[in-house]
Amino acid sequence: MKGKVWKFGDAISTDHIIPGRYFYLRSNLPELSKHILEYESPGFSEKVAPGDFIVGGQNFGQGSSREHAVIVIKINGIQAVLAKSFARIFYRNCFNNGLPAIICDTEKLKEGDVIELFVEEGKIINHTRNETIVFTALPPVMKRILSDGGLVEHVKKFKDLKLV
Amino acid sequence: MGMTLAEKILSEHGEKEVRTGEIAVVKVDLTYTQDGTGPLAVRKLQEMGFKEVYNPKKTILFLDHAAPSPRFELSNDHAFLRDFAEKTGSQVSEVGNGISHQVVAEKEVKPGDVVIGADSHTCTGGALGAFATGVGSTDAAVAIALGKIWLRVPETIRVVVEGNLPIGVYGKDIILHLIGKISAAGATYKALEFSGDTIQNLGMAGRMTIANMAVEAGAKVGLFPSDQITREWLKRMGRPEDFRKLGPDPDAIYETSVKINAKELKPTIACPHQVDHIKVIDEIGEVKVDQVYLGTSCNGRLEDFQIAAKILKGKKIHPKTRMIFTPGSRLVYLEALKNGTMEILIESGAIAMPPGCGACVGLHEGVLGDGEVCLATQPRNFKGRMGSPKSFIYLGSPAVAAATAIEGKIADPRKYL
Ligand code: SF4
Repeated sequence: MKGKVWKFGDAISTDHIIPGRYFYLRSNLPELSKHILEYESPGFSEKVAPGDFIVGGQNFGQGSSREHAVIVIKINGIQAVLAKSFARIFYRNCFNNGLPAIICDTEKLKEGDVIELFVEEGKIINHTRNETIVFTALPPVMKRILSDGGLVEHVKKFKDLKLV
Repeated sequence: MGMTLAEKILSEHGEKEVRTGEIAVVKVDLTYTQDGTGPLAVRKLQEMGFKEVYNPKKTILFLDHAAPSPRFELSNDHAFLRDFAEKTGSQVSEVGNGISHQVVAEKEVKPGDVVIGADSHTCTGGALGAFATGVGSTDAAVAIALGKIWLRVPETIRVVVEGNLPIGVYGKDIILHLIGKISAAGATYKALEFSGDTIQNLGMAGRMTIANMAVEAGAKVGLFPSDQITREWLKRMGRPEDFRKLGPDPDAIYETSVKINAKELKPTIACPHQVDHIKVIDEIGEVKVDQVYLGTSCNGRLEDFQIAAKILKGKKIHPKTRMIFTPGSRLVYLEALKNGTMEILIESGAIAMPPGCGACVGLHEGVLGDGEVCLATQPRNFKGRMGSPKSFIYLGSPAVAAATAIEGKIADPRKYL
């Protein structure tokens, strides 16, 4: 599925994605998700369409372990997050929720570009610019979690961790 | 071939010996969540269809971030967690007991443990020689349900700190200096392992400050070998039997090694809005401060309050600055109360808050307004973390906090010591 690029800079923290002051909305996810990235891009939740991509720079998702940051991204219909690098807790949280987090060179992706992600093939096609970006295949354990539909589904299926 | 601390601990907890880069499914000794991540973890557990928890005695639900609750929505979350604990026999650490990482360091964590916490600063437990790492709510839920987790055995960066720390320089300055050196992503997916004579001589409070901020360099864990200081800490906490000597093998293989000469360190500050925007105090210039915040899981221990009290004794804080302090736990609160440390701070004009996270995450007890500047001892300073996205957070040691409170601008503590 094609989607539009929404571009952000380096060092986007989970505090940027969903600020701590909305702590009280964490048990009200639909309401919480309206505040996604609002300091960086006011009204983001209204602008974004299902299937779009969040594209960042270095160390995307640094900081607090709040998985709500990933959940609000999912609720807003984002199909994947692409970045040059990810913070580790955020990275795990993405796959645990069935959201691909793709490490790639995001330099050439510009705001508004229409792109398509092929996780298995390890490539992104930029339809706006007629370019292809290749990325290193996902680690097998991440692939496994993703193909099961997230860690909850994996554990539901096996009643255990069957990852190695 | 020798092993790093991370390799040793994870090998002990899995079915076979594992090395850097391998994926291991390991037994978990202790799992905890806090009031911001706990409700989601419980819902994930329910989604997975679990009605029971694997080890109720070693499952702790902390109520520490919104404690006491400033909003009814959060009171409802607390009630939800209490109810879950009641049904499953898991433990609740009630409002007022303190911050998860401090409380588990006092009561639970021991050298060689694998500790999983749904809070990024779970790595604080590395100070005791435990493989303690932060995860999200789903991973925590799996650890609670199955008593295990999958982990990639991390590469280890060895951090060697040598030489005597100058007066006015502390664990906080070591870790801020390190983060400035390797960047906020410098240890992503990796372990930090600390050694050197400065580390050997550093007390548990300083070690916890350093381990706490390992995640601010992206690290999975910040590990310390256990030694005499660990033994004394466990004794002071009334559980000497939990001590066990644990260190890396002399021929362990490290990815890299970073050397820090402690003698050259100065009071160090992280500037807005990124933990690796590091300056030493001499480069800071004139920065007026509206609020000083002392405490948090990073610097909320008795030793931290004593450092501040030493500087503030007999002095008043600046009339245009307010100072708030939050002990990390009930134990710290009581100790600081009984030995007179609290009295000194309160007499100087500081405000005492209940044990917990307090103002650190912008929920309550010191939320910053537009344009306000805060000097805090907490571990992070992202934009908007303590309230308004138009506010500014600088990070420094408790000594810098105290000197800053006196002068109303970021100040060098060395002249007061
Ligand atoms: S004191 Fe701050 S950094 Fe520490 S656990 Fe609480 S909110 Fe997190």
